[in-house]
Amino acid sequence: MLSSVIALNRFGLGARPGDQPPADPKQWLLRQFDRYEPRPQALAQVPSRTVVASQLADYIEEQRMAGQARRRQPASMTAAAMPQQADAKEVDPVKRYLRQNIRQNYLVMSSARLDSALASDSPFVERLVHFWANHFAVSVDKLPVIGLAGLLEFEAIRPHVLGKFSDMLLAVEQHPAMLVYLDQAQSIGPNSRGGQFAAMRGGKQRGLNENLAREIMELHTLGVRTGYSQADVTEFARALTGWTVGGIGRGPGARMLGNAPAGDFQFADLLHEPGDRTIMGKRYRQDGEAQARAVLMDLAASPATARHLATKLARHFAGDEPPPALVERLSRAYLASGGDLPSVCRALIESSEPWAPQPLKFKSPWDWSVSALRAIDATSIPAQAQAGLLKQLGQPTWQPGSPAGWDDIAASWAAPEALVLRVEAAQRIADSVGSSVDARALAEKLYPGSLSDATRTAIARAESPAEGLALLLVSPEFVRR
Amino acid sequence: MLSRRTFVAAGSAAASLAALGFPSMSFAKAATNRRFVFIIQRGAADGLHIVAPTGDPAYAGLRGDFAQDLAQGAKLGSFFTLHPALAETAKLYAAKQALFVHAVASPYRDRSHFDGQNVLETGGSGAYRLRDGWMNRLLGLLPADEAKALALSTTVPMALRGSHEVSSYAQSQMASPTDDLMARVSALYSTDQQLHGLWSAAIDTRTMAGDSMQGGGQNGAAIGALAAKMLGGDGARIAMIETNGWDTHSGQRARLNAQLRNLDQLVASLRAGLGPEWSNTLVVIATEFGRTAKPNGTGGTDHGQASAAMLLGGAVSGGRVVADWPGLSSAALYEGRDLKPTTDLDALIAAALAQHYGLDPARAMATLFPETRGTAFAQSLITA
Repeated sequence: MLSSVIALNRFGLGARPGDQPPADPKQWLLRQFDRYEPRPQALAQVPSRTVVASQLADYIEEQRMAGQARRRQPASMTAAAMPQQADAKEVDPVKRYLRQNIRQNYLVMSSARLDSALASDSPFVERLVHFWANHFAVSVDKLPVIGLAGLLEFEAIRPHVLGKFSDMLLAVEQHPAMLVYLDQAQSIGPNSRGGQFAAMRGGKQRGLNENLAREIMELHTLGVRTGYSQADVTEFARALTGWTVGGIGRGPGARMLGNAPAGDFQFADLLHEPGDRTIMGKRYRQDGEAQARAVLMDLAASPATARHLATKLARHFAGDEPPPALVERLSRAYLASGGDLPSVCRALIESSEPWAPQPLKFKSPWDWSVSALRAIDATSIPAQAQAGLLKQLGQPTWQPGSPAGWDDIAASWAAPEALVLRVEAAQRIADSVGSSVDARALAEKLYPGSLSDATRTAIARAESPAEGLALLLVSPEFVRR
Repeated sequence: MLSRRTFVAAGSAAASLAALGFPSMSFAKAATNRRFVFIIQRGAADGLHIVAPTGDPAYAGLRGDFAQDLAQGAKLGSFFTLHPALAETAKLYAAKQALFVHAVASPYRDRSHFDGQNVLETGGSGAYRLRDGWMNRLLGLLPADEAKALALSTTVPMALRGSHEVSSYAQSQMASPTDDLMARVSALYSTDQQLHGLWSAAIDTRTMAGDSMQGGGQNGAAIGALAAKMLGGDGARIAMIETNGWDTHSGQRARLNAQLRNLDQLVASLRAGLGPEWSNTLVVIATEFGRTAKPNGTGGTDHGQASAAMLLGGAVSGGRVVADWPGLSSAALYEGRDLKPTTDLDALIAAALAQHYGLDPARAMATLFPETRGTAFAQSLITA
């Protein structure tokens, strides 16, 4: 591949028919830093956080009331009546309406994400948005996250993708999607006033949840096996108590937590474990919210974090086995700049490893879909259709199923059935375009000076223009970058 | 030391079969009928909630309201109780086709899902030490007609990755590509080593599945039926099924109930779909690690150590719970919080497969789990 093709495909999201191969590929990438729009036109229709949060609050309130009604029944009835109630729950019209609303938010947002990727003139930065959203993954298989996942990307990732990592980190960890997804919103310091009060009342749900603390250390910052202990995780979980979401709970006591608007980050002193914390040998004497914030800032500045992030970036741009020299260079750029992400990107662009002429990555389903749709110059895909496509290909948006996000290696995506699904999808995409595209010309345009004879011949011999286009979309050139 | 622990094992189907005069060799020779299914529970399933040690004196106090779920569960001897959502599995236990192994763990002793699953699937002694999976290495020990493995997912999970060819299959709701396009793709990929290999495997599997596969495969029953179909006739002999959603940090009682009901349906439909082949089938269900012995503050549990594993199938010498029970007193817990591992999952799996396929146990252990120096698992696990 020529370096102009590498810039468009490996760094970018795939060429569109009208894109001119950049004469100076490195400059083309760097200039995107000035062009990038944190909130492009495609996101204009996305519902606000207040709307999403209040729908969620209604839903949770509805569930709480139903739960109370169940508990009021005598215990002997409850077990026997369970199956019928489970059925009744499904047909409850209020609940169904709210559920649909929440699902609708997800469709609007996942559509907006794809449309933004299709329309983008700064596809390298757009790719970085997807990279960081996957680094800080939440998964919509947890119901309250369905409507919030998109907002995490739009509100916490997009504004900081060309800023400091520590700012992105703080924005993510204080975002309602993350606080809810990793159970932080319900974590209570056992010795906090709230914890003590609940203990006195014999309430059932009281206490610490270490999920967010662990995943911040393991996945978001330091990386697994980098020297922190179980005790550090637990201490960090204690420091994080009180970090919750405003206005989502409406039960008695909810208003005692604070008065942040629905869906906004809320520090609830009532739930915060009092006292100093010791994490990785350092003592944190801060009060309240500042305590966990100070821990986060130290984590962001750690050399282990620099190495962890550098390794993932190197894997994304230079191959499944990240070249050690590149990891070292990116890691140094991170530490020297105080975690300034554009500085790290510049070090990436200036390195030789990501410019190797042979393909270095097997495209993920998301990568492949975006590049295929850009190749046919699609600008907007119906919400249901895009969700269906990505689900079938095995990568439904914001649903990696775990906080580790989607894998970024070929072994996770290059499988027999996955390939057949791509061929099926390619045929559907090609059929939707019909004979309006000459795949022979398009192939030369997308891969100038870089098309193999086998692909050129296969396209030329296809029985129809649509079949030729389908073959281009599944060609060895196109399924890799 | 031994006197402080309780060894729990009730009944032995192997012993009773031997008493009836069935020579144990006769079935082992007819090795071509053997089926093996590995069901992975991703996310760390809480063994204490699934095969609950209700007879342990510390159990009720430790588990709080979780214990209520077990009131309706099937009794497994005097010490353990099976979660009531596993109703079909309880029937297998009654028919001596289900064996539960408790306080079992892989060699992994930390608490990261992703590292833990890597150890469980590669069979190494630590994360990312081995590059292939133990199920793939198993294929090298079997005759060619038995070494046909399938992942019931669009991609191949780590346990099945390696040098031996493996296929993958998931139901597609998309329109099938035309035969012509398929043929042209075959030609286009013929000179690309990676794509050619993947494509050939896919074509073979699709030919096998035929065209009758329609509709969604989201729930356990559908996945079980699909697996049974793919394992029937001349299809695959070995399959891996992935289940997710076991990471119950909150609301565990309701979530686990739904998870287990789904798993139970999966097993039931696999059994029904396999028909007579069920008698030659071994199903192993295992997870990367267990969860904290004590519930956390949000009605769930956090990452722990030992859990429970299940051996199901007509080939299993079941109706028992095998456990070198470590106890639940705070002194007995691992790091004061988790069920202490006393049985090696690696050794269990190696022994079960060696017996199932009539392999030399030492060779099976050395191939599947080359880094583990666990104690050999001496018990009889397979009927014949």
